[in-house]
Parts: sequence; C-alpha cells; structure tokens
Amino acid sequence: MKQFLTFVLKEFFHVLRDKKTLFILFGMPIAQITLFGFALTNELKNSKIVVVDHARDSHSQALITKLEANRYFDIEKAPLSDNEIVAQFRQGKIKAALVIPNNFGYSLQHDNKAQIQILADAADPNTATTITNYATAIISDYQNNDVTGQPQAYQIKTETRMLYNPQLKGVHNFVPGVMAMVLMLICVMMTAIAIVKEKETGTMEILLVSPFQPIMVIIAKAVPYFILSLINLGTILLLSVYAMDLPIMGSLLLLIAESALFIACCLVLGILISIRTASQQVAMLVSLVGMLMPTMIFSGYMFPIENMPTLLQYVSNIVPSKWYYIIVKNIMIKGLGFESVWKETAILFGITILLMLVSLKKFKIRLE
Amino acid sequence: MKTLYFLLRKEFRQIFRNKSILAIIFIMPTIQLLVLPLAANYEVKNINLSIVDHDHSSFSQELIAKISGTPYFNVQSYGASYKEAIKNIESDKSDLILEIPAGFEKNLIRENSQKLFVAVNAINGSKAGLGANYLSQTIANYNADIRLKLQNEEAFYRTPTIEVTATNWFNQFLNYQMYFVPGILALLVTLVGGFLATLNIVKEKEIGTIEQINVTPIRKHHFILGKLIPFWILANVVFTIGLLLARYFYGIIPQGNMLVMYAFIALYLLAILGFGLLVSTFCESQQQAMLIMFFFQLIFMLLGGLFTPIDSMPQWAIWISKFNPVAYLIDVMRMFILKGSGFNDVLPHFCAIIGFALFFNIWAVINYKKTN
Repeated sequence: MKQFLTFVLKEFFHVLRDKKTLFILFGMPIAQITLFGFALTNELKNSKIVVVDHARDSHSQALITKLEANRYFDIEKAPLSDNEIVAQFRQGKIKAALVIPNNFGYSLQHDNKAQIQILADAADPNTATTITNYATAIISDYQNNDVTGQPQAYQIKTETRMLYNPQLKGVHNFVPGVMAMVLMLICVMMTAIAIVKEKETGTMEILLVSPFQPIMVIIAKAVPYFILSLINLGTILLLSVYAMDLPIMGSLLLLIAESALFIACCLVLGILISIRTASQQVAMLVSLVGMLMPTMIFSGYMFPIENMPTLLQYVSNIVPSKWYYIIVKNIMIKGLGFESVWKETAILFGITILLMLVSLKKFKIRLE
Repeated sequence: MKTLYFLLRKEFRQIFRNKSILAIIFIMPTIQLLVLPLAANYEVKNINLSIVDHDHSSFSQELIAKISGTPYFNVQSYGASYKEAIKNIESDKSDLILEIPAGFEKNLIRENSQKLFVAVNAINGSKAGLGANYLSQTIANYNADIRLKLQNEEAFYRTPTIEVTATNWFNQFLNYQMYFVPGILALLVTLVGGFLATLNIVKEKEIGTIEQINVTPIRKHHFILGKLIPFWILANVVFTIGLLLARYFYGIIPQGNMLVMYAFIALYLLAILGFGLLVSTFCESQQQAMLIMFFFQLIFMLLGGLFTPIDSMPQWAIWISKFNPVAYLIDVMRMFILKGSGFNDVLPHFCAIIGFALFFNIWAVINYKKTN
C-alpha cells in the first residue's frame, strides 16, 4: 500500500509540474460550457432578410410592419431583381428574400387570394427551413387576424408547454454532452499518452524492473487523472448550476456515482490503448479517431441518433458516452431516479468489465 | 536553397516512414468525410407523439387521423391520462404530447374557439421548436378543413388567403450533406495543417533532436520553411482528396472557380501553419501541444459556424468570429462549393486571411529562438 501511494505521488508530481497542460485541462471545460451555454444555438436570431415590395399598398405595409416586429428577423426593404437577390446570396449578405407581387393588396381584397414568394439561401438548410417556417407562420397569422379586422370563425388554438427547458436554451442539451466529452478527453487521451510517454522515453523499463507489481504501475498512473476528472466534473456542475441556471433536478449523489463509473470506464480504455501502442502519436491518433470523434458524433448531443443510417445507429451502441449522456440527461435535467437508468448503468458497467478483462489479458511485463 | 532542399528531403522521409502520420493524413479524412455527413442530419422526421384524447369525438378522431397521416409523426401511444403520457417522455419513447380536452368538439362549435394542449420534451431546443411547429401547422391545416365543413361555401371562399411559395436556392432539396461536406473539408484542412506541423516541431524539442539542428549552420528561416512546406503540400493533397470524395461519393460538384479556391486554401494554410508554429514555440511536450491545439481548434470550429450559424450568436461571439481564421474558411468553402461565388464576392475574406498569415508567422518567427 505504501509503495502504491509513493507511485501515485510520483504521478501527481508529473501532472502538477506541467502548468500549461493543467491550465488547459481546467480551462477547457470552463471555456466549453461558456461557449455552448451562451454562443451556440440553433435558434434563429437577427437573420438578414430583404423584402422586395412591388405592391407598396396598405396591406403590404401592414404585413411588413408585422414582420419587422418579429425578433427573429432583421428586415431591410430594397427593390431588388431576382438576379440581384442571387448576387446578394453569393456574397452572403442576406439569408432570404420575401417578394410581394405588384397587385398584392388588390388581389387580397377583390379575389380573396394573393401570393407571396419566399426565396431562401438553402446552402444552410437548417436556417432556410426555419426562416421559411417563421415567415409562413407570421403571414398566416396576418391572414387570419388582420386582413378583415376580425378573427376567423372556429379557431383551434394550441397551448404549447416546453418541458424541462421552457426558453429552448442550448445548454440543456449541451451540458451533458460536454461532460461526456471532457471526461472522455482527460481520461482516455491523457492517460494513454502519459503511459506511452514512459514507454517512448524509456523510463518504463526502469519502472518495470522495480519490485512493485507491473499492473499496479499502470493503475497508479490512472489515479491522478481520476481525481482531475472528478474536479472537472465539479467545475462543470458548479458552472451549469450557478452561471447557466441549470439546476440538478435529480440526486447529486447518484449523478456523481454514475460519473465515477463512466470515468472508470474511460480510464480502462485509456490503459488499454496505452498497452497496445508504442508511440505518443499513435496513442493520440487512436484516442482521437477511436474515442473523441465517436463521442462527438454518437453520444447524441450534436446530431440526433434516430436520423442516422441504421448501421451507424448500431455502432452508436458500443460508444460508452452515449449511455452516459442518457444517464446524465435523465438524472440532471429530468430529475429521474435510479430506476430509470439502471439499464444504461448495467451496460456501462458491462463495457467497463469487458475492457478490463481485455486489458489484463493483453498486458505484458516485458517490453518486447 | 540547397540547405532547404536537404531539410525538405529529411522531413518527407520522416513523414513517410511513420505509419501513424500517414494514417492521420489519409485515413482520418476519408473516415470523417464518409461518416460525419451521414451522421449529421438535423432534419426532423419521425417525431414520436403520445396522444391523450379526453374527448373521443368524431372531431378528435379526425384530427388524430390527420396527424398520423403526415410523414413527420409516429403516434406512439394513446394514453388515458397525461400522467401516463409523461412517462413516455421520461423514458424518451415520445417527444411530444397532444392533449385533447373533454368537450373539444362541442366547445369548438358553440364558442367558436377551443384550445388544445401540447407538451414538448425541450431538452434539445431546436428539435422541440421544429416539432411543435410542425404539429401546430398540421393542426392549422385541420382547422381549415373544419372551417370548410362548418361554414357555408360562400363564407369560406370570402375569407382572404395568402399563398406562400418558398424556393430554396443552391440546395433545392434541403440536403444536409451539401451543407456539412464543405464545412468538414475546412475542418480536415485545418487539422492536417495545424495539428501535424505543431506536433512535428514539438517532437523534435521533446526528444532533443532540435538541439542537433540548432548547432548546425542551418538558418532560422530555413528550419521553419523546411517544417512548413511539407505540411502545406500534404494539406493541399488532403483537400484534393476531400474534393474528389465529395464529388464521387456525395455528388457535390464545386460551383465556383477552382483556381480561386486553391489560391484561398494556399493562403489559409499559410495562416494556420503560422498559428501551429506559434503554438509550438510555446510548448515543450507533445502532450501539451496536442492539448493546446485541440483547445483552440475546438473553439475555432464551434465558433466558426461549423454546426450552428454565426448570425445567431450573441454580439460578443460574432466579434470573436472576426478573429477566427477557420470561420473565414468555412464561409468561403460554402460560398465556393455551393453558391459559386466569384473572387469579388470573397475579396474581404482574402484580405482577412492575408492579415492572419502575416500576423501569426511574424509573431512565430520572432518568438522562435535557436538558443534557450
């Protein structure tokens, strides 16, 4: 036991000596949470839209005023031709154009029918769809309530309640995702590289000839990263509660216990990578391609898993962070208890045990 | 000149000897280009819906039939109570709940208006917004059907209607791959250019071979050029591979002038290599360099509009993006490949990138010392 503590202490010195790495390790979650929390949103704001009003009558004016009042749009009026609109799209100056034809008000009053054309820059399909949706909603609201001055008959209204996230903020989705990603990064990549570095510089041989058990040398290496990860977990939770107003709805203890399980799983993965690789660059490549990209893609916080091709959906099942992401979402945001996440916990536990067995089998005391 | 030639030969030999670097250069881009665009699909379809019908009238039946007839919704369950439906939301079996109150049909006819309740799982804000939007559109359509049925024909046609036709330019079928492939190409060029050059220089520092170079008469600029040129070339190769993949796998054919595009990539690589060089002058170990590069690249990428539009960000983030070279590249890629913009359209981007290239390289050269 005393030997083990000495080894852990040695590893801590290694980690704490490198101030730049430490700074980044602690700064990364803070920067990411801030970015995700405040800057990244799929919601539409201030989209530049040009209104080409050929009609210039009271109806088109009223409609434009209604569009201008909307916070999603930044409306500008300009008499552009279709070619000029496309040129503006090419320069990236506007996102969409709304064309009101010549006899808009006249047709609306006399024929009870009028047309409006929306041209959207669909190079970004998400923005194009959202702009078209919002504009159509505003126009039909105008049609239903303002044209004749009295509301239409037999109206079905919908009252919509946004559960868990009434303001549709991005953080609710991203905080669990960032937790999975940061923990993954520190545990897998840093552990793998730290161990391989000893191999590369040749100090591993010295450690292996010491009277200490070889597998314990490796485990001692993982301990500092386990503690670092727990500190980062604390930072992320504090930030999300106090800076992002995202309270932990469920049991904090359960959340920490589940996170510890996930961290353990990642550490074992890191150790496995380090056992199988010989240079830092390879270790980095494997962690990056094998771990980080899948974490970003398959945990479900960036891209919806149900939209992926079936094959990729199967692949997502072997990514540990997917299960952790579901667990965090259920406990932290939905406020559910253990009974709702036992299945995911069991899967995560199973993956950890499996990786551990493989690592033990592959571990060799000799370098060559 | 001769010195530079020998240095370049050394670098290329070292790169081609190392299998892992070759893998980063050729396999990683291919995997990313093949997997990411397939996975990155924001299109909202298959929204799972739980319906709680307290009314059991012919109207509510019609409404339900109308909703399940649209391609967007899968009706997951017909619950007896809201409480039961919320269980489905908790277990992620459904995304939306539609609650039809008792007396829906009666009140709609008598009181001329009636409310429906919709509850949305809004953890993923954008998905929730779109789902709710589709549902209210479907309800509005049903509303028009009802009106046609209840009002006499004349009154119905007297109601003014505005027809909206939407045309989507550059990407008629709203294909998400068209949007993501150029962005991911930008990401790959940045990764190869930035990451690899930095790691390469820092590796020489870490294993001590840089001292051997420092004691030779090799000049500072020879050494730097010898490190930058190979990765400049490799990044161009990766970019070309990416373009070919985009063309033959996704069928995305660049609309703009290829010459202008390569000119932009050439300048951009100068900037990002300069940035990598700068980072390498600050780092002592590969672990450090990798982490710092990863940190910056992630911020560059996410704030550069790869996944979410820059216009929607708060003002401070928009200002930061003006100092983000990756944002310019992602923008230019999309303009060239999808919109066919010309040189004049991206002139501001060219100026900005030349500025970055000068700034990073000059700072890096000043900061690079042969002796400690």
